[in-house]
Amino acid sequence: MPLYYDDDQTMLADSASQFMAEEGAIKTQLRHWRDTGCKDGFGHELWKQFGEMGFTGILVSEDDGGLGMGHVEAGIVLEEIGRNLTPSPFLTSSVLAATALGRASDDLRGRYLPGLLTGESVFAVAIDEGAKHRPERIATRAEKSGNGFKLSGKKDFVIHGASADMIIVAARTSGSDDDAEGVTLFAVPRDAAGLSQDAVKLVDSSIATHMVLDGVELDGGAVIGEVDGGREILERMLNAGRIGAAAEGVGVARGAMDMTVDYLKQRKQFGKLIGEFQALQHRAAHLYSEVEISRAAVIKAQQLLDADAPSAALMVSVAKAKVGQTAGLAVREGVQMHGGIGMTDEYDIGLYMKRDRALQEFLGDVYYHAERVAQISGY
Amino acid sequence: MADLETFRSETRTWLEANCPEEMRQPVRDEEDVYWGGRNAKFKSEAQKSWFEACVAKGYTVPAWPKAYGGAGLEPAEAKILREEMARINARPPLSSFGIWMLGPALLKFGTEEQKVHYLGEIARGEIRWCQGYSEPGSGSDLVSMQTFGEDKGDHWVVNGQKIWTSYADEADWIFCLVRTDKADKYQGITFMLFDMATPGVSTKPILLISGNSPFCETFFDDVKVPKEQHVGEINRGWDVAKYLLGHEREMISGAGGGDRTSAIGVAMLRQAAKEGGDLDPMLRAELAMFDIDALAYGAMGEKFLDEIKVGKAHPAQPNMMKYVGTELNKRRHELMMSAGGSRSLEWDSEETSGGKPSRGWLRTKANSIEGGTSEVMLNVIAKRILDLPGA
Repeated sequence: MPLYYDDDQTMLADSASQFMAEEGAIKTQLRHWRDTGCKDGFGHELWKQFGEMGFTGILVSEDDGGLGMGHVEAGIVLEEIGRNLTPSPFLTSSVLAATALGRASDDLRGRYLPGLLTGESVFAVAIDEGAKHRPERIATRAEKSGNGFKLSGKKDFVIHGASADMIIVAARTSGSDDDAEGVTLFAVPRDAAGLSQDAVKLVDSSIATHMVLDGVELDGGAVIGEVDGGREILERMLNAGRIGAAAEGVGVARGAMDMTVDYLKQRKQFGKLIGEFQALQHRAAHLYSEVEISRAAVIKAQQLLDADAPSAALMVSVAKAKVGQTAGLAVREGVQMHGGIGMTDEYDIGLYMKRDRALQEFLGDVYYHAERVAQISGY
Repeated sequence: MADLETFRSETRTWLEANCPEEMRQPVRDEEDVYWGGRNAKFKSEAQKSWFEACVAKGYTVPAWPKAYGGAGLEPAEAKILREEMARINARPPLSSFGIWMLGPALLKFGTEEQKVHYLGEIARGEIRWCQGYSEPGSGSDLVSMQTFGEDKGDHWVVNGQKIWTSYADEADWIFCLVRTDKADKYQGITFMLFDMATPGVSTKPILLISGNSPFCETFFDDVKVPKEQHVGEINRGWDVAKYLLGHEREMISGAGGGDRTSAIGVAMLRQAAKEGGDLDPMLRAELAMFDIDALAYGAMGEKFLDEIKVGKAHPAQPNMMKYVGTELNKRRHELMMSAGGSRSLEWDSEETSGGKPSRGWLRTKANSIEGGTSEVMLNVIAKRILDLPGA
């Protein structure tokens, strides 16, 4: 498969680009919700518009009323989200949760997917237990209780947790904390007794929660996939989310780079446009190269995931790590080349820096994925 | 799609029947590479039969038209052939500056007669070409070159000196930039072709830091070149040169930058276990960071080739590929030296096949100089892609 968009994908990219620039712009979305102290950190009206556009169902099968597309298409939307810093529950709901729900029972799919498609429902995922992403270790317990389970444990960095109608929780149904097997995924309703969340505003103005599960009782129908067999679905969900975050990161990098290159063509010092200085030209050209390469890595990984290829996991980690480095470079160079105004809240470049930092951390940073690359490669 | 699958299975069958086992081993040294030319000798029967099978099938230059010795493959077919050859690690049957550089220029700028004649010779490996571009005073600023061809009616008399002429001492013919109008810097250069056996041509190998001499100084002393032996219009050779530099950058960018180091990582792990230690964690981390960059660059290489086939790539994109690919290859060899430790310092021991690690490492330092320095690549990206202001 060629590594560029086909006609349908190009059309989707055009409409996503136009939609996000018009409806998801920094001024009317990110700044608006930030400055009005919104408890969700995003707008539900916009989320419903995502539904009208069909974006919410990109990864939902046609049988379930979605578009039945793949990660390349989800990435197209995410890149535009990144470029416009559009706050939305797309990544957690339509990518992460949708991937897991695609493998859930008829009952769970019937209960949750219709609301996702219309943009009326918001979903979150609760994976991390601690400040760093380490899904290999899951200590949250789900004990058998009657016909169901009783969940106890703590989760962190639950993005949109406080706004979510349902949260997918990874818990341990057998074995010890570091075992690969014995993990089960649960669809936990927001109002489940014993579930409490402490919302925190993050540097990028998104809202996450620290979650406590204190004997949360669920019936057996809340299990996604098989009891003790959740690791495979978890991996699938995580890889979908990682490549999604990488695609958004490419958008952040491109947005920051475009802003910065424009600035180099406007700002004058020493009687010259600063873009005439070779010291800055070379740094901009280097950044451009890194962004192009990162984007290629992301598309490659998306295609491999869509083809369910065995090498997909390696390439997903390559892409997440590479984009982490590149987007980091883009926002640091962006702020530096903007000079003093790059430090002001009034200019958007700093918002890119903040979003990048949150994306870097989400579902594994550069170091986490570099470690995975070494392990998968056998050294 | 069905046709392509048929092509793939036919290609597999053909490769199975025609590519000898010996030609599926990694290239170990210069002798494993077949360059063709008047004085070429095959290293083995396998090398010969693989080369001849490919010539007969048009697979030394699969994408060139059949009339010029190619196989006339469509881009999608050529990609399948590349993939299938890579799958069995088939060596290239013929390596040649004629294929990589002069050929593309002739396909674009040559007359029909030139194409039939020169491209055919290249495809059949009959003539080995070298490139006369750089001069002692004209490196990055190539257009300032001074080698001059004086108009003598039906021929030119060429005087001057070229440098960094790859394998000039083994080449049969040269494609060469010669100034034919001193008054016009850009539109005063002609792209000439001539026989290295012409009286007045002499070469002198340059000893490099690697201890090898892949490059020469090439001198022209009253060299007579017939007037018909030029590509493109007289005085418009710079257009041909620029086009060809694009190809050269593509070629260099593909020279190993996409290779991974995981093999180094795994080998080191084994070595460390043998010596009763662990793989150095800091070096392991560097290897992983390199693998990330190399695999990402590999994806970019694939994307770039896909896009170029359908005209979607930015025309200046080869500069980016060249810049990143060569810098990666340098980094890769630095890591290989570190991985090899003191063993890789050995200059001519048998165990290192005559200092292959160290000489190879030193050779890569030229990657980001030849064919346009990294700094020039960045200049071009800044101006032509990012449209930044200034000269």
